[in-house]
Amino acid sequence: MEARLRNIVPDQELLTFYEQMFISREFEERCAEQYTKGQITGFLHLYSGQEAVAVGATAGLHGDDYILSAYREHAQAIVRGAEPRRVMAELFGKATGICKGKGGSMHLFIPGLNFMGGYAIVGGQFPISVGLAFAARYRGEDRIAACFFGDGAVNQGTFHESLNWAQLWQLPVLFVCENNFYGIGTEVHRSSALASIHKRTCGYDIPSEKVDGMDVIAVYRAVKYAAEKVRETGHPYFIEATTYRFRGHSMADPATYRSAAEHEMWKARDPLPSYAKRLIEEGIATREALEVIEARCRATVDDAVKFAEESPWPEDSAVWEDIYV
Amino acid sequence: MSEMTYRDALNLAMKEEMRRDASVFVLGEDVALYEGSFKVTRGLLAEFGEERVKDTPISENAIIGVSVGAAMGGLRPVAELMTVNFALLAMDQIINHMAKIRSMFGGQTFLPMTIRMPGGGGSQLGAQHSQSLETYFMHCPGMYVLYPATPGDAKGLLKSAIRNNNPVIFLEHELLYNSKGEVPEDPEHLVPIGMADVKRPGEHVTIVAYARMTVLALQAAEELAGEGISCEVVDLRSLAPLDEDTILTSIRKTGRAVVVEECWRTCGLGAEITSRIYEHCFDILKAPVIRVSGLDVPMPYSRKIEKVCIPQPETIRQAVMDVMSGVY
Ligand SMILES: Cc1ncc(C[n+]2csc(CCOP(=O)(O)OP(=O)(O)O)c2C)c(N)n1
Ligand SMILES: [Mg+2]
Repeated sequence: MEARLRNIVPDQELLTFYEQMFISREFEERCAEQYTKGQITGFLHLYSGQEAVAVGATAGLHGDDYILSAYREHAQAIVRGAEPRRVMAELFGKATGICKGKGGSMHLFIPGLNFMGGYAIVGGQFPISVGLAFAARYRGEDRIAACFFGDGAVNQGTFHESLNWAQLWQLPVLFVCENNFYGIGTEVHRSSALASIHKRTCGYDIPSEKVDGMDVIAVYRAVKYAAEKVRETGHPYFIEATTYRFRGHSMADPATYRSAAEHEMWKARDPLPSYAKRLIEEGIATREALEVIEARCRATVDDAVKFAEESPWPEDSAVWEDIYV
Repeated sequence: MSEMTYRDALNLAMKEEMRRDASVFVLGEDVALYEGSFKVTRGLLAEFGEERVKDTPISENAIIGVSVGAAMGGLRPVAELMTVNFALLAMDQIINHMAKIRSMFGGQTFLPMTIRMPGGGGSQLGAQHSQSLETYFMHCPGMYVLYPATPGDAKGLLKSAIRNNNPVIFLEHELLYNSKGEVPEDPEHLVPIGMADVKRPGEHVTIVAYARMTVLALQAAEELAGEGISCEVVDLRSLAPLDEDTILTSIRKTGRAVVVEECWRTCGLGAEITSRIYEHCFDILKAPVIRVSGLDVPMPYSRKIEKVCIPQPETIRQAVMDVMSGVY
């Protein structure tokens, strides 16, 4: 018998989870629309389907903990507290964007929220996370570094180097693998000799755990436990969250390499409706109350698009700014 | 001759060479089932099967290291790095291993391998995905560096690269994949390594360019012709070895030069070419050489300001006007 939600998390927070997952989905779907209209250009990697991971994991961390991620990171930034309008403005390439229009979709960075960047070189964030954790320990700060990455990233040298390093120096790093089973068009068992990713940590003696990444509560519990362990012991920990992206790798990918049956199977496990159902069944919210939340999210994203549209472009001279301190 | 895209010309070059020589095989991230992230390897898996068209893990340094080993072991690898930016993760195998092995071991082995990599900016891919790193490779002895501008050259050069017994860095411009041009049908038609090509003859100014910059230079030259300025466009095609003769012959004729590069200006290939022009043509130059370069900044994402960082036909046109007037 599954534990009742209320015994795990207070009602208000349970509703926040729903709101965060909903706005993440809404934001991504509006990005797709704006990309089609030519307002967003370049590479656009959407997070739809994986919301339970960002929401559950962020809730399991402290606000002071560092978060690092890859290029599929809009939702992670927004759940951490980034203003949707400034994220959207960044995607539009406007001067009001989070990185002044210089980063784009793949490179969000919000130091005030300890969101230490989206990186587009697969595996680039591993050693940077280790370095941040080292700095935190060195300075006696009570924080850990949470490093998010995909299943495809675990074959880069930096993955192995960083796992070894974090354990060798006993640094507070929480590795979170978002296993959506594909790196672009390559299924995990076609790129990894050991497809069960969490088992790879045994070579470095790092404890690891696999969790259902379509279940926000499961992710929340696993990450909260792991983050506490990391904080308490100062040692690294590893979580593999199994999930699925409902869209292609990026907007340029029609994802023809996945079968319709597979897609349908995962769609049936969409983290949003299943969670909404649980909230209603357990009497935490009514359908109407959830609709109020959904309307609020839509309005926020509408506002974000409007803000991005109306924002000014960067000045040409900006290309020479912010290169050196 | 038949008309085809730069992408299809590259694709055909690989197919023809794979049919011709059973030791040629292709490897890289998403090159087989997915048929390449820019679809350059389309149809290869279907025709040549899994042993010759290999998907790899995302492990760039190992993709090149494995290719080096396979080449040493008697095969002829054609590796694809998804983009040139990721070659930076493989620089150890490229520079410390691939480019050194023959010489360091006293000429006792050789590495007949090709590394294909799309690159260049202009698609709003941001700082980590928009780099033009041609100079990085040119700087290192022990390997060739090719960068075609047209479908015809793309096919002929890639075939030469695959048949060549030296390691070859083969750059492809992401914004040229859909460009069309005439391609010779003869499967024995090769474009030799180390030969530049005069893509447009002219009298007053030589524009030295390569890859997408050649295409922009030709646009600028066309416009300038309407204004009575006749430009000769030299397309390098081969960045290493550099075809000094073709460059210098043209400048001896025109007496003026504009060098166009997409890469960063500082220590860019334009600096190398300009220096060689001064070494050999100092006496006959009618004006100082002008470089048109990518700006020395990390590429911004926003399309409004990305454009400022990459040479445009208009900046090339202005440079030609300046070199003609002697005012700059
Ligand atoms: C070093 C490097 N190599 C290749 C790429 C191209 N690339 C971008 S995303 C990707 C797949 C990554 O898959 P995964 O880690 O599973 O993340 P997901 O996209 O599924 O979130 C690849 C190969 C890159 N960006 N960086
Ligand atoms: Mg993946």
